[in-house]
Amino acid sequence: MEAVELWEIALRSLWVAGLATLLAALPAVPLGLWLALRGGGGLLGRVLLYAGLGLPSVVVGLFFYLLLSRAGPLGSLGLLYTPYAMVLAEAVLAFPPIAAFVLSGARGRVEEVRLLVLSLGGKEGQVLPTLFWESRRTLAAALAAGFGGAISEVGAATLVGGDIRHHTRVLTTAIVVETRKGEVEAALALGMVLMGLALLVTALLVILERE
Amino acid sequence: MRGIRAALLMAAWLSGPALGLRLATTTSVYDSGLLDRLLPAFTKASGVQVEVLAVGTGQALLLAERKDVDAVLTHAPELEEEALRRGIIAEPFCLAKNSFLLVGPAGDPAGVRGAKDIRAALRRIAQARALFVSRGDRSGTHLKELALWQAAGLTPQGDWYLESGAGMGQTLVLAAEKGAYTLSDLATYLTVGRKLGLVALYAREDPLLLNQYTYYVVPGGARVKEAQALRRFLATEEAARLVESLKVEGQTLFQPLRGRCIIPGSGGR
Repeated sequence: MEAVELWEIALRSLWVAGLATLLAALPAVPLGLWLALRGGGGLLGRVLLYAGLGLPSVVVGLFFYLLLSRAGPLGSLGLLYTPYAMVLAEAVLAFPPIAAFVLSGARGRVEEVRLLVLSLGGKEGQVLPTLFWESRRTLAAALAAGFGGAISEVGAATLVGGDIRHHTRVLTTAIVVETRKGEVEAALALGMVLMGLALLVTALLVILERE
Repeated sequence: MRGIRAALLMAAWLSGPALGLRLATTTSVYDSGLLDRLLPAFTKASGVQVEVLAVGTGQALLLAERKDVDAVLTHAPELEEEALRRGIIAEPFCLAKNSFLLVGPAGDPAGVRGAKDIRAALRRIAQARALFVSRGDRSGTHLKELALWQAAGLTPQGDWYLESGAGMGQTLVLAAEKGAYTLSDLATYLTVGRKLGLVALYAREDPLLLNQYTYYVVPGGARVKEAQALRRFLATEEAARLVESLKVEGQTLFQPLRGRCIIPGSGGR
């Protein structure tokens, strides 16, 4: 495999997983904080959320395939076999880990933050934003977990992306193709790039968290 | 603002070329490099980009039924005939042929080298309970394998009969690791299987082992005109020469059919 194509595939992996993580974080972070404020969201909420951590990616992929297929309800959007279909599926997969990390990180601080806000004359409505600010450090771990899941995912990426060269091929699906073709060295090199990228992004998040 | 515009441009570039014709095909024509040879020539001549989904024949026809692809290139005549009858695919063009072959470990524990025909070879494997890997994925190769067992008067089952559920290349890897026999198309065996140490044990001229690849247009797809343009390109002498010139270590992988189908029914024009 040529270096140009490797870069192209790596960049695509990065932006698909990155966009999916952001898309998932937008609702997942507030949900995690909100559940923390409600004392952990009750048993059912926690069970559902933690069960979501084990959400099978091929099932999510199958669901989005049926949804976005031309014969499916959202077929007219023409999203199937585009990178955006992969973003959607991976966002769903990144959602539970982000919300769960935020929840467990914020849970222990709720009472402390609430006391602080109220004692400074704040209102109950200001507790959530303050809690967000005080839990910003867990955010790095939450985003890293979401991103790590999204970039290393292969089942949904294959089903809704189709592994089309120069279009929807990402690192994980490229590894499958190269292995299938018997190009084990190329597959291994792609695997190194994949792990390197995940490590790099996590390191970046952890450094940002320290600042 | 400029940042956003740059990001959008970046996204457009990263998402690849403008949407083109979508072709679902078998893993064998993709992994062997045949399409990498044909499609750039077509794109150059017509300006139409082609996006390839390398799946098994069964899945390719399912994608055609749901109109998720505009054309298919498959190799399972019976399945294709049924899909043609149901109007899922149309305008067949027989593109190329090669043959299936029985591959396995060099030691040949079941002794298929000396079998008088493919049916006898399979019977020897079953009798010896030698490991055999089946694709098990309703691909063209899998259906051919099942038809061959039937022709041999056997129903393969037992702990010697493994199903990989994977593409041809991966199945060859599995067979090599397990020291098992498997049925392969010639192209994938030459490009992948041989360097794994698998040996072609039964590869004689045999009508039962004929492997025919046919191109079809999906009627009612989003890009019927482009799919028909590709069909016209595949019918040119240039395309036939490109098919013929693909070689691995001097051995031709596919013989062009130039529209002349060998297995009747699938592409009778």
